[in-house]
Amino acid sequence: MRLKLRKLMDRALTACGYLAVGVMALFLLWVLVPVFTKGVGAYVFRGTMEHRRMMLGEFGRGDPDRLRAEAADVWRAREPIYKAFAAFEQELDAMPASRRRELRPAFRDVREDVAVLLGPEPGAQLPALTRRMYGQTRWQEARKKANAVLFEETWEYNDAGSRRVLVPRATQFEGTALAPVFTSIERDLEAMMRPRLTVYPRFLTDHSIDAHFFGGIGPEVVGTLYLSLGAMLVAVPLGIVAAIYFQEYAKEGPVIAFLRSCVNTLAGVPSVVFGLFGLAFFINTLRVSPGKSVLAGALTLALLVLPTVIRASEEAIAAVPRAYKEGAMALGAGRFRTVATVILPAALPGILTGIVISMGRAAGETAPIIFTAAVSVGQLVKPSEVLTQPTPALSWNLYNLCTEHEAVEELRHVQFGMAATLVLIVLALNLAAILLRARVARQLKG
Amino acid sequence: MKEEAKDEGVHVEARGFSVFYGEQEAVCKVDLAIPRGLVTAIIGPSGCGKSTFLRAVNRMNDLIPDCRAAGELLFDGQNVYGPEVDTAVLRRRVGMVFQKPNPFPKSIYDNVAYGPRLHARCARDELDTIVEESLVNAALWDEVKDRLHTNALGLSGGQAQRLCLARALAVNPEILLMDEPTSALDPKATARIEELIVQLRGRYTIAIVTHNMQQAARVSDRTAFFYEGNLIEFDATKTLFTRPREQRTEDYITGRFG
Repeated sequence: MRLKLRKLMDRALTACGYLAVGVMALFLLWVLVPVFTKGVGAYVFRGTMEHRRMMLGEFGRGDPDRLRAEAADVWRAREPIYKAFAAFEQELDAMPASRRRELRPAFRDVREDVAVLLGPEPGAQLPALTRRMYGQTRWQEARKKANAVLFEETWEYNDAGSRRVLVPRATQFEGTALAPVFTSIERDLEAMMRPRLTVYPRFLTDHSIDAHFFGGIGPEVVGTLYLSLGAMLVAVPLGIVAAIYFQEYAKEGPVIAFLRSCVNTLAGVPSVVFGLFGLAFFINTLRVSPGKSVLAGALTLALLVLPTVIRASEEAIAAVPRAYKEGAMALGAGRFRTVATVILPAALPGILTGIVISMGRAAGETAPIIFTAAVSVGQLVKPSEVLTQPTPALSWNLYNLCTEHEAVEELRHVQFGMAATLVLIVLALNLAAILLRARVARQLKG
Repeated sequence: MKEEAKDEGVHVEARGFSVFYGEQEAVCKVDLAIPRGLVTAIIGPSGCGKSTFLRAVNRMNDLIPDCRAAGELLFDGQNVYGPEVDTAVLRRRVGMVFQKPNPFPKSIYDNVAYGPRLHARCARDELDTIVEESLVNAALWDEVKDRLHTNALGLSGGQAQRLCLARALAVNPEILLMDEPTSALDPKATARIEELIVQLRGRYTIAIVTHNMQQAARVSDRTAFFYEGNLIEFDATKTLFTRPREQRTEDYITGRFG
C-alpha cells in the first residue's frame, strides 16, 4: 500500500514537472515565434520600385541605369493616372458650382492618397519630409494604401456604437474623367509598383531616415552594444574583485553578513530605480557628462548587473575544490598568487557564464537607460563620443517606436525587426556563454 | 632490508606543543623530535591529532578559522609559529603531499613548474631541467615524458599522487610531510609510493601520517603513536612494533582498537 502510494506520488510529481516544462516551452514559443516570423519581415520582404528608388536616392545603392529603365516601364502604367488627373481638373472647371464644391475636396483626397502610394506627382514641388519623397516601399503596405485610394473610410453611428464602412470612391466619380484612375489602380497596381523579393541585410547596420520610415536600425544596435559592453567593462572587474574578497579574504562576521545582504538586496531593486539613481548620481551629482550619455548609461547598467556578476563569481569560486587551494598554499604561494594562478582559472567557466548572462540582461534593459543614456532620434554615436553623447538603443527605441511614434501602425516591420534583432543578440550572447563555458571546462578537465 | 641511516640530529622538534580548534585541544603538549634525514611515521586512530600535528609543521592549519597553537614547534631551531616567520618561505622549505591527489587543472609540466615559478624567475631550460628531475625523482618521468603538456587531471590516482610528490620536490624542500598519501590509492599504486619513500629517505626528512601500520613498519625508521591528542610513545619503529612500552600502543598495533 505504502509502496503503491509512493510510486503514485513519484508519477504525479513527474507529470507536474512535464506540465511545467511544457507550459514554459509553450509560452516561449508563443512569444518568440511571432517575434521572429514578423521580425524577418524587416530583412526579407517584397520591395517595390519605390524601395529601389529610395535605396539609390538615400544610400546610393543600386544601378542607376537599370532603375531608369524600370522607371520608364513603371511610367507606362502610372501615366494614365496623371493624365486623368489633368483631364479631371479641366472637367472640374466646367462643372456647375455646387457639384464642383462637392467633388473638389474629394479629388484633393484622392490626389493625396495617390501621392502616398506612388510618390510625389511628376513636376510637383519636392516635399519637405523624406517620407513623402517616395511612395510605398513595401508591397504589403502598398496594397493597404491602394485600398485607401479606392475606398473612403467612413463611420456609421447607431445606438449600438459605431461601425467602419468602406465606400468605393469609384461610384462617387462615376462618369467623370477621374473614373479610370480607380480601375487602373485596381488592375495595374503590380505594374506600377513592381514588387520583387528583396533581401535587405543592411537593415542591421543602416541608419534610419526620417524617424524610421526608411533605412535600418544600425545606430540602435551599436548603441545597445556600447551600453552592454561598457556596463561589463565596469561591472566585471568590480564584481570579480568583490567576489574574491567575499570568498577568500573576508572574515565572516556581522559586517560581511551585512554587505552580503546588501548585494542580495541590490539584485532585487526594480530597474527603474536604478535609472533614477543613475540620473541623480552620475549625471546630476558626479556630472560624468553634461547630460545623458553612453557613459552614464553604462555605469547605471553596470550597477544593475553588479549583484549578478558578484553572485555568479562567488559561486564559481566557492565551487573550486579546497584541495587546489591547499596544494598551492603548501607550495608557498601567498593568498594573492593562489587566487591568481589556481582559483581564478578553475573558476573561470562559472564566472564567464555569469558575465555573459549579465551582458544579455544589460542589452535588454530599458528603464535604467531612459533617464541616463537613451534618445529616440537615431544618430550613430562614434566611439570617440561615448563619454558625452547619448545614444539610441534597441530596447528603448523599440518601446518608443511602439508607443510614441506618429505612425505606429505603419512601422510594424521596424518594430518587429528591432525586437527580433534584440532577442537574437541576447540569444547569441547566451549561446556564446554556453560554448565558451564548455570550451574552458574542457581545457580544465583535459 | 634497509640499513640504519646515520642520525644527523633533530630537524623538527616539538616542545610542549599544542593545537586548539576553538576551545578543543586537538594536540596536547606534545614533545617530539623528528630526526633529520630519516622517515618518521605517525600512527594512531582517527581523530588522534596526528594530521593536525603534521599540518602544523608547515602551518597549513592557518587556513582553518579558530585554529591556534601554543608551545614551541622548532624547525631547524626556529619556531614555526614565531611572529617573524614568512609562511611562504617556510612552506617552500617544507613540502607536503596530501591524502587525496590534488593536481591543479593544468598541464603536467605546469603542475611541476608551479612551485619553481612562484619562488624564482627561472629560464626556460632551467625550468625544463627542474621538471624532468622532479618527475624522475617521483618515478613518473617515463610514464609522462611524451605528454608533459596534457592536462594532469587525465592521470590515474597513483600517477596523480606521484605528480603531487614531484610538484613538492620541485621546490627542493628540506622536509616532506605526507598526510596519509596512499589512503586513496589501490595496493599497487601504494607500493610504488612506498618504494619512493624508501628511495627518498636520506635525501629528505620525511614525516608520514598513516593509518596503515604495515606501511609504517615497512617504510619508517621512527614511529610516533598518537592517541587522543597525546603522544603516547615514540621510538625506533622496530622497537615500537615489537616491544612497545605502553599498553595502549600494544593494544593499537595488535588491533584491539582503532
